[in-house]
Amino acid sequence: MPNMSPNKVRMPEQEPELRNKNFNEVALGYTEQMAMEEAQRCLNCVNRPCVAGCPVNVQIPDFIKLIAEGKFEEAYWKIRETNNLPAICGRVCPQETQCEKVCIRARRGEPVGIGRLERFAADWYMANAKENSGKADGKAEKKNRKVAVIGSGPAGLTCAADLARVGYSVTIFEAFHDAGGVLIYGIPEFRLPKEIVREEVDTIKKLGVEIKTNMVIGKTLTLDELRKEGYEAIFIGTGAGLPSFLGIPGENLNGVYSANEFLTRVNLMKAYRFPEYDTPIKVGRRVAVIGAGNVAMDAARCAKRLGAEKVCIVYRRSEAEMPARQEEVHHAKEEGIEFKLLTNPIRVLGTDNGWVKGLKCIEMELGEPDSSGRRRPIAKAGTEHVIDVDNVIVAIGQTPNPLIASTTAGLETQKWGGIIVDEETCATSLEGVFAGGDAVTGAATVILAMGAGKKAAASIDKYLSQKAD
Amino acid sequence: MYRIVRKKVLNPTVKLIEVEAPYVARKAEPGQFIILRVNEKGERIPLTVADFDREKGTVTIIFQKVGKTTKLLGTLEEGDLILDFVGPLGKPTHLEGVKKAVVIGGGLGTAIAYPQAKKLYSLGAEVDIIAGFRNKDLIILEEELAKVCHRLFITTDDGSNGTKGFVSDILKELLDQGNRYDLAIAIGPLVMMKVVSNLTRPYGIKTIVSMNPIMIDGTGMCGGCRITVGGTTKFACVDGPDFDGHQVDFDEAIRRQSMYREEEKRSMEEHECKLGGGNNA
Ligand SMILES: Cc1cc2nc3c(=O)[nH]c(=O)nc-3n(C[C@H](O)[C@H](O)[C@H](O)COP(=O)(O)OP(=O)(O)OC[C@H]3O[C@@H](n4cnc5c(N)ncnc54)[C@H](O)[C@@H]3O)c2cc1C
Ligand code: FES
Repeated sequence: MPNMSPNKVRMPEQEPELRNKNFNEVALGYTEQMAMEEAQRCLNCVNRPCVAGCPVNVQIPDFIKLIAEGKFEEAYWKIRETNNLPAICGRVCPQETQCEKVCIRARRGEPVGIGRLERFAADWYMANAKENSGKADGKAEKKNRKVAVIGSGPAGLTCAADLARVGYSVTIFEAFHDAGGVLIYGIPEFRLPKEIVREEVDTIKKLGVEIKTNMVIGKTLTLDELRKEGYEAIFIGTGAGLPSFLGIPGENLNGVYSANEFLTRVNLMKAYRFPEYDTPIKVGRRVAVIGAGNVAMDAARCAKRLGAEKVCIVYRRSEAEMPARQEEVHHAKEEGIEFKLLTNPIRVLGTDNGWVKGLKCIEMELGEPDSSGRRRPIAKAGTEHVIDVDNVIVAIGQTPNPLIASTTAGLETQKWGGIIVDEETCATSLEGVFAGGDAVTGAATVILAMGAGKKAAASIDKYLSQKAD
Repeated sequence: MYRIVRKKVLNPTVKLIEVEAPYVARKAEPGQFIILRVNEKGERIPLTVADFDREKGTVTIIFQKVGKTTKLLGTLEEGDLILDFVGPLGKPTHLEGVKKAVVIGGGLGTAIAYPQAKKLYSLGAEVDIIAGFRNKDLIILEEELAKVCHRLFITTDDGSNGTKGFVSDILKELLDQGNRYDLAIAIGPLVMMKVVSNLTRPYGIKTIVSMNPIMIDGTGMCGGCRITVGGTTKFACVDGPDFDGHQVDFDEAIRRQSMYREEEKRSMEEHECKLGGGNNA
């Protein structure tokens, strides 16, 4: 009998007033009991809209059925058929706009908690079966052909794993000292524990993928040099790492951070454990975060945890247009983050010594839809006001880093920096060079980056097989 | 991991280490820098490439004990390992076609200016070097510098060696005497670079300064290294580290440099406290 409750089984969480002072994970995960109960809410319907809603087509009803039957390890492997990073996706995918959005149960009540169940299966496997799992990732016969993957974010990791699985010798080149891309430097510990990222990266290393850190492609080595070193195909998965600033006066005052810098200090460099870790961070009593995407929510929640008394999100549109995952907005509100919506910053104000003391803003109203389909915000005359703050964190987006494009003749990019690829094959304008993830689309999502990595791996395999003939 | 193959103490606070980093050595050019992290809990700090040996696959860096990281780095010996060492980053300095240049180094900046003077000299330019130090015990690279220039001027703040005074005093004298240069390179404390740029401005002498702001990634992804040049924001790690000294907003750079002063002090105190504790135990 399916469980006809209109609501998802509640996921245990740390209490807001407790968690906004620590960096431990917020959502604690289902127990076996809870997972089986939630799994029974899936009707195993004929059309399986959720599978089509998933960018990598996880066989959702199948793995959920296995959970309902208590076959947790099998459920894990069912997900792994199409998804290399289930513990991560279960935690950070925007399920509400993908699989869960089209779930038939969502017509009356809440959809099945697909993300929560995915997370459960992955965590259960890591905790209970990983060490002595009879089943391991199959290793194909070695092909003795080298492929280079640039960037170790979800796009690069997925592409590398899929290629290693069919026998290629894959080397990932990563600029930072640690692998994982945004998963390691951007998304905070309390949302995605770094231990989990490390486990997932290890799983991929076990497939035979080599990861070389401290390699800035375009500087340490160029694409041409990689080819000379015998890499027959190259995948570029370098993400969208270039922070955008507002271009308003006062942005270079002390105390203004790009979200990238703020989050990198906190997550990659562990500034939240300063002085045990050497990298410092400066968080005052009052912090304004500009923007309303996942990045902004993460920055705001980090600032709160670092001791800021008042943290507000400043966003020029309204709640409906906020690009962040619903769950993150909800969590941020619970943790005491304020939302100043329809508010646009126009100037950062500083003290005589050059430290931030305020953010001058103007109120906005929504007009006609713009090119993004969202209603365009328009300034309301005479509504300038100042918010007193000690820090401003700019989280209004990132674009692809030009480092590779600027050092690679013939690699075509969009004006805004995105690498131009063939949508079907991920092939770039250069033969044997493929690209995917945020480097192509601009800042998007983990699962879309993974989808692109998968697609590129398949095309690279095809390209190299044909080349061999 | 990156092995230290040679270490030399240049003066009580300045040390030189040569590090095995074949990929960096293959590409490095004067003006570029590396970022290193000593250990797992360490900070990432940028240091200028002072020299490189493509055949041996080594890169030399020279650093002064200013904070916890440089202090820790200074305690490492030949054979010890550095956890992360990435580069070469930033743009190389363009030195081609220069006929007469003055290279000005302040303190540790002298070590960074050295490879530039060396390259200019080897390209056939007439080179004057002005190197300034606080006192005679802090003078570094005197012999090396002498070999790569036509005239070497040493100053000390206290007059304990060479001319008493600042590098800018000598530069002013040289300019007053009618010396004209088609390039000035100034590397050292921000205040010194500012003063030098102000001196050369009226003469229209192109002046390159090397900016060394606080950095994390060194690849353009954080913006922490931003400075204002000619009214627009630049990222020193990718757009520089060399900039036109006449365009740089030095006052802003000086301010930004001090952003973590309290934290740096705290970090140092903890570090020394721990060392002290260790000795007592
Ligand atoms: C703070 C934050 C929160 C987010 N939250 C979510 C979320 O909840 N859900 C979600 O789905 N998405 C989220 N996203 C978006 C998601 O993380 C990205 O879309 C995704 O990581 C893109 O993957 P990628 O592999 O294309 O690139 P990245 O993850 O950006 O990885 C690129 C890697 O390439 C490396 N690299 C760059 N240039 C070079 C070079 N020249 N040489 C060598 N290596 C290089 C980088 O160091 C990096 O490690 C978030 C993003 C941020 C910043
Ligand atoms: S150091 Fe991060 S952008 Fe320059």
